[in-house]
Amino acid sequence: MILTNIETVPGKTIVEHFGLVSGNTIRARHLGVDILAKLKNLIGGELRGYTKLLQDSRKEATERMTAQAEQLGANAIVNIRFATSSIAGGAAELYAYGTAVRVE
Amino acid sequence: MFPDYYFFIILLIVGYVVGTFFERRHFRSLEQRERASINLPMVCAKTLPFAPDKAEAVAVVSGSAVISVDYFKRFLAWLKNFFGGRIKSYETLLDRARREALLRMKEQVPDADYIVNVRIETASISKSKKKNGVSCVEAVAYGTAVRLRKDV
Repeated sequence: MILTNIETVPGKTIVEHFGLVSGNTIRARHLGVDILAKLKNLIGGELRGYTKLLQDSRKEATERMTAQAEQLGANAIVNIRFATSSIAGGAAELYAYGTAVRVE
Repeated sequence: MFPDYYFFIILLIVGYVVGTFFERRHFRSLEQRERASINLPMVCAKTLPFAPDKAEAVAVVSGSAVISVDYFKRFLAWLKNFFGGRIKSYETLLDRARREALLRMKEQVPDADYIVNVRIETASISKSKKKNGVSCVEAVAYGTAVRLRKDV
């Protein structure tokens, strides 16, 4: 599966479009990580727990999107976008979407 | 025994001293790593800076960082809220988050020749009305890494 966030796959031609595919995941923060983050908030700096949490979530969203594209018979996804929204106090939604295509 | 404001002042001092130390260290490391990875150009446009058939491999890469601001700077920003104007203490926060995210993206693909269509997004992941909420910002950078064929 080739993933790009431009409209084409360089070096290949798109032969078939399958339309929009997307994947999302909603993650809540871990209580232990939260307490550490609050302490870290005093001196500032990177909150590694959150960084890892969001990276894992984004990976999962991408995997779901890829699975959907595979089901359609696509071998590439172009024009991928990522979006984040915080829906509740302690939870965040990670969303990935793109256009599934077949390239040759 | 201790009046309440003692605790507050101690927090401010700790936040200022330790926070400034870590921030300076972070900026030094950012500058160093930016110099080291300067050979990998990032393009912020969809048009390719090379002939499309020269591309050998493409992939989406992303990097992210969640950075929080220290107690002292948060207090300064709160004070600044009364008068308005430029909040310098938050500018460095966003600067750090974005540059770190870009660097992490670059460091994932050391053998790439270009990263095209780089997008940077920020999200505040802990919007809390409560005063004791964690205040931090997430920066995500993503783009398409391209490796070119060497033989053409």
